[in-house]
Amino acid sequence: MIYDLIFAPFIEFGFMRRALIGSLAISLGAAPVGVFLLLRQMSLMGDAMAHAILPGAAIGYVISGLSVMAMTLGGIAAGLAVALLSGVVSRSTALREDASLAAFYLVSLAGGVVIVSSAGSMIDLFHVLFGSVLALNNAALVLLCTVTSLTLITLAIVYRPLTLECVDPQFLRSVSGLSALTHYAFLALVVLNLVSGFQALGTLMAVGIMIVPAAAARLWAQSVSSMIIFASAFAAISCISGLVISFHFAFETGPLIILIAGTFYLASVLFGPFGGIISNAKIGIQS
Amino acid sequence: MAGVSLRNVTLGYDTVAAIRDLDADVSDGSLTAIVGPNGAGKSTLLRGISGELLPLSGHITRHAPNPRDIAYLPQQSSVDRSFPITVKDFVSMGLWHQVGPLGGIGSRYAHDINRAIEAVGLRGLEGRSIGALSGGQMQRVMFARLLLQDAKLVLLDEPFTAIDATTTADLLNIVRGWHWEGRTVLAVLHDHDLVRSHFPKTLMVARDLVAHGDTAKVLTSANLLKARRMCEACDRPPEICEHKFAGAA
Repeated sequence: MIYDLIFAPFIEFGFMRRALIGSLAISLGAAPVGVFLLLRQMSLMGDAMAHAILPGAAIGYVISGLSVMAMTLGGIAAGLAVALLSGVVSRSTALREDASLAAFYLVSLAGGVVIVSSAGSMIDLFHVLFGSVLALNNAALVLLCTVTSLTLITLAIVYRPLTLECVDPQFLRSVSGLSALTHYAFLALVVLNLVSGFQALGTLMAVGIMIVPAAAARLWAQSVSSMIIFASAFAAISCISGLVISFHFAFETGPLIILIAGTFYLASVLFGPFGGIISNAKIGIQS
Repeated sequence: MAGVSLRNVTLGYDTVAAIRDLDADVSDGSLTAIVGPNGAGKSTLLRGISGELLPLSGHITRHAPNPRDIAYLPQQSSVDRSFPITVKDFVSMGLWHQVGPLGGIGSRYAHDINRAIEAVGLRGLEGRSIGALSGGQMQRVMFARLLLQDAKLVLLDEPFTAIDATTTADLLNIVRGWHWEGRTVLAVLHDHDLVRSHFPKTLMVARDLVAHGDTAKVLTSANLLKARRMCEACDRPPEICEHKFAGAA
């Protein structure tokens, strides 16, 4: 029974095994990036970046069809361009970074939708927005695993300055010149993970697997390292159960994965031992 | 040597000067209070000395040119208190100049870290989240980090504001310890009684230099009146400086 429900789909179907590997790679790479996005209070920035990569991916698609390489390079270029431009604008004008980023990503999103819808069909747009985790080819799998490896190595290197940049940015600037470098390295990781994630989950859902498990993890952990472990675990469990359930009930996989992550989030909001509603109420009663 | 020389220094934001043509020599190893009315430019002066703010004109010479020799505690700290980090890990950041971005902290510095936490009276709270600390305890944590920075020049911006008397007394002991060890300490302070009893030197500013020297000679009612008068001028819009601000914001 359990075998039929959970294991059989992966054993019998190659596309399910590919989806499993791809989504686990995303869980290991994107969830830690999401933890730092959350701790830098930039959760919505991930959302903005996800929209910003769309025109790049669309141009890649127009040039060479559903090619992983072309769409990835285009997405990375568009994402980095928007990140850098909004950084430059906020440093040289009166606009704050969130305002300039919002302006750039909305323009970018509009451009992306125009390009996709004029050059392709609605099915293509659907693919780009929601991904196709059940149709990952070799190139996409290699991309996902490469980005995850690169992410984990980079995070290991910038872990200390990035933590400082989150907890006390002024102090980091006073003791070292690494602040800007750390910031841009981290933005690059965000873009890379969104671009690789959208192969599987689409631009809209890739940011979900980044932020939702991280938000849930915050309520279970009191250190960055344990937050990362919780977030990756929540993401991985969401992916696996999302794949299994969508296999049996023919739901759209990407959004289902995020819905399950959302269930973890809601449960954490209620039961999370560090700042969850019930634990807060207990503290309130005690004091 | 970790004294500071200010030559004709104008400091400000954009084109507005908060400190104008200031000349002063803070001698090496001195313990100096910076006092003055609200809006006199005290914090701006400290930011200038720390190197965070570049002067619009004039020269600031620190006889400790290496950034690692300067420790600066800003008034408005940028610390995100909701960040999940323990007291011990937070204090350990003071070791940045020793360990850099990649060096291990491990057992080599465990003794130093424990000693710093003990010195500020937070023994037993090493594992607590910074979000769970009171305001006074958090300021003790900031001082523990300053202790680990082991800097020759220590700059404190209103370190005792909104902090209970016990904590102030404990932290003052640490400041005195720095003075005794020969470090140069500059602190922006409001409490004149505290300055009189603990700070040998005082630098009084009101956009401009009012007086600088032994506290007893500087902190007089005549000087305070003069500073207030000068700052009535401060209440008017500050004059526009011709030099365009060149530093990073």
